[in-house]
Amino acid sequence: MGTRLVALATAILASLTIFSAQAAEPKHGGILRIYHRETPPSLSIHEEATFTVNTPAMGLFNNLVIYDQHKPQNSMGTIVPELATSWAWSSDNLKLTFKLREGVKWHDGQPFTSKDVKCTIDLLQGKGDDKFRKNPRKDLFNNISEVTTNGDFEVTLQLKRPQPSLLAMLASGYTPIYSCHVSTAQMRTHPIGTGPFKFVEFKQNESITLAKNPDYWKKGLPYLDGIEYTIIRNRATAVLAFVAGNVDMTFPTEMTAALIKDIKTQDPTAVCEIAPINVSTNLIINRESPPFNNIELRKAMALALDRKSMIDIIFQGQGDVGGTLLPPPEGVWGMPPEMLKTIPGYGDVAKNREQARAIMTKLGYGPDKPLKIKVSTRNIATYRDPAVVLIDQLKSIYIDAELDPVESSAWFAKVARNDYTVGLNLTGNGIDDPDQAFYENYACGSERNYTHYCNKELEALFDKQSVETNIEKRKKMVWDIDKKLQEDVARPILMHARSGTCWKPYVKNMTIFNNSAYNGYRYEDIWLDK
Amino acid sequence: MGTYLIRRFFLMLLTLFGISVLVFTMLRVVPGNIADILFDSAGMIDSAEKGKLEKELGLDRPIAVQYVRWIGGLAHGDLGYSYVSEKPAIDEILPRIPITAKLAGLALTFAIVFGVPLGVISAVKQNSGLDYVLRVISLSGLSMPAFWLGLLILMAFVKFFGTIPIYSNAPAGFWSALGLYSVPAAAVGFRSSALVMRLTRSSMLEVLRQDYIRTARAKGASESNVNYHHALRNAVLPVVTVIGIEAAFLMGGLIVTETVFNIPGVARFLVEAIRWRDYPIVQNLVMFIAVVAVSINFLVDMLYAVLDPRIKYSG
Repeated sequence: MGTRLVALATAILASLTIFSAQAAEPKHGGILRIYHRETPPSLSIHEEATFTVNTPAMGLFNNLVIYDQHKPQNSMGTIVPELATSWAWSSDNLKLTFKLREGVKWHDGQPFTSKDVKCTIDLLQGKGDDKFRKNPRKDLFNNISEVTTNGDFEVTLQLKRPQPSLLAMLASGYTPIYSCHVSTAQMRTHPIGTGPFKFVEFKQNESITLAKNPDYWKKGLPYLDGIEYTIIRNRATAVLAFVAGNVDMTFPTEMTAALIKDIKTQDPTAVCEIAPINVSTNLIINRESPPFNNIELRKAMALALDRKSMIDIIFQGQGDVGGTLLPPPEGVWGMPPEMLKTIPGYGDVAKNREQARAIMTKLGYGPDKPLKIKVSTRNIATYRDPAVVLIDQLKSIYIDAELDPVESSAWFAKVARNDYTVGLNLTGNGIDDPDQAFYENYACGSERNYTHYCNKELEALFDKQSVETNIEKRKKMVWDIDKKLQEDVARPILMHARSGTCWKPYVKNMTIFNNSAYNGYRYEDIWLDK
Repeated sequence: MGTYLIRRFFLMLLTLFGISVLVFTMLRVVPGNIADILFDSAGMIDSAEKGKLEKELGLDRPIAVQYVRWIGGLAHGDLGYSYVSEKPAIDEILPRIPITAKLAGLALTFAIVFGVPLGVISAVKQNSGLDYVLRVISLSGLSMPAFWLGLLILMAFVKFFGTIPIYSNAPAGFWSALGLYSVPAAAVGFRSSALVMRLTRSSMLEVLRQDYIRTARAKGASESNVNYHHALRNAVLPVVTVIGIEAAFLMGGLIVTETVFNIPGVARFLVEAIRWRDYPIVQNLVMFIAVVAVSINFLVDMLYAVLDPRIKYSG
């Protein structure tokens, strides 16, 4: 009898839930108010490398293809058409052809055509008269040899070699389509896109205002009348503004576990989500500077790491241990835990450190004769805090390190000059894809290969995995490469951060991506239930 | 008096010239320029592209040439372009001045309205219960950090009113502006009023012991007449000096209050501009603050003569 009653109650509850879900039809109207953590350097997504820009600017644009905005995990399987209606690879995988959507207009009323796609790729490759002031992702599109248009609504990208991940790069929030008729300078200050929202105003230090695009090609969207980003530099004020209801949502991924706890205490109705952001904290060791040119010393340093305690101290446990690629389940390409454990430095911390001390003793160091080094890092809390924990951990293997905080503007120049011995760096990945991570950070001669790690054999494997179209096969190749990178102490990964976003319960249809912090801000079907 | 005014005017110009050289040089001594910061924000090193941008902005030219170009532009009312927003610097700076001016004006009003009378009361009622209470309040005003007080006020607003008085849009109308600025102004004014009160009290105590006060009392002047007419007028000179210094400080030094209450005023903008090494904004804003400070100093000096007829300025 009791079981029947429970079953009946469950059935009633389920039907009520379905009914309420059906009843929650999207509503049009309202302004979504989000606080922004800082003044973006510009609103030109292509010229910047921070989601400080993507967050407010992604709603102004469309891509050829885009990651499904409601599937938290970005993968090849979640890429959907946007300005393209379809795409097709040639049989030799050297041509990628897009059929384009007709009837799409730029915010200034000009029609969108295949020429705009060509212009965008040309800009990214530094061709043509107009140029970006900065072009941080130009290397990602090196493999495109030619862009050809076939009429106004078809475009083909000719590749030098097959590269399935090109589609992933095009689906990133970092790859909107720009128009031919708007200058790159204007795109920085008054962007014109085809997206669901039009640019209204950008006041430095104050606000960024977007308004609904009434001519948006997706009929009936966006639901919102606009989005208002209020720039609030002080996080304590921003949290209070959210709790008080002055804003409807926090800046994405800006909330720590401790702050979320505080918010939930003050406003139990707040919806908060913590997810990985695909930003790794890593150790860079100058392999050209003695004594660090000795691989044994670098190995000892890798063995000294206690990643879990670092995550506990810095992120109250909200982080992940992994290799170069974000670990599963959120990460698509990261090594499985059982494989990770087999890499030196990832197993039992006490045993690892014992081994590291033995190496250090062999190298002539000991408690009475520690190795004195400086750990350089950007003078920003997100860099400085893990560096301090790292310094403490290195003490366990007779390394007496001193923190060398570097003025933010001088950091990359210092690293580029090789003017450091040991450093702590953060690496963000726009897309969860091995091509970007490997070529950008580990390829010989790459601008962002800060440690100058160069392994031609491994680089051949980068190319091999890059052309592989079978995802499962590619994964196995990627894991082997990642394992080798960690074993070679190319750039030891300390941790992958997680962080949170909160919004009011009346903000509907919000999806937080869990393997990238750069791709989920189109906001065309977000609506307010009030 | 005329000669004095002319001399002061030229001294003001000399001071401003010195400040302009100082700020211009210091900005260029600080590591990194806008190109470094822009490329840093994009995580890039490309020195060729960076060099191109430096050339485009004229940062590759000798410092002296850059200085002459700036001063020459300034003389013609051309403040240059903001490196970050790529808009004329004047369009970026001008809208922020009234915001800070309103906040500073209100804070100063708060400081004078509360600081001076309470200082007088505290002096007149020396060592009474009321004096002790006022001294404790003034000491707490001086020792409480502005950001802490600001956050406490915001937290209290969330707790009791369910909203916070932070700036998100320009207030429409006088009352709306008054409502918005009065809370941060009170937070700033609390510290300033404490300072004014302490100074008024000590200055009054000194004056109240003077012979002419005793004479005034002996002549049968009322207590309020003695305190406010005879004593305060003579005690107010150092207070006016401090109010002048406070006024100059409030125009450019409200970084903490502007940050906590999210007010897009001059100080916050200046700090952001320094962060970006946005030279045209920093140089012109610092010059603006310097002009305000120098002018206030000049006005205070002139006010001395009005308040104390014994003071005469001559060449």
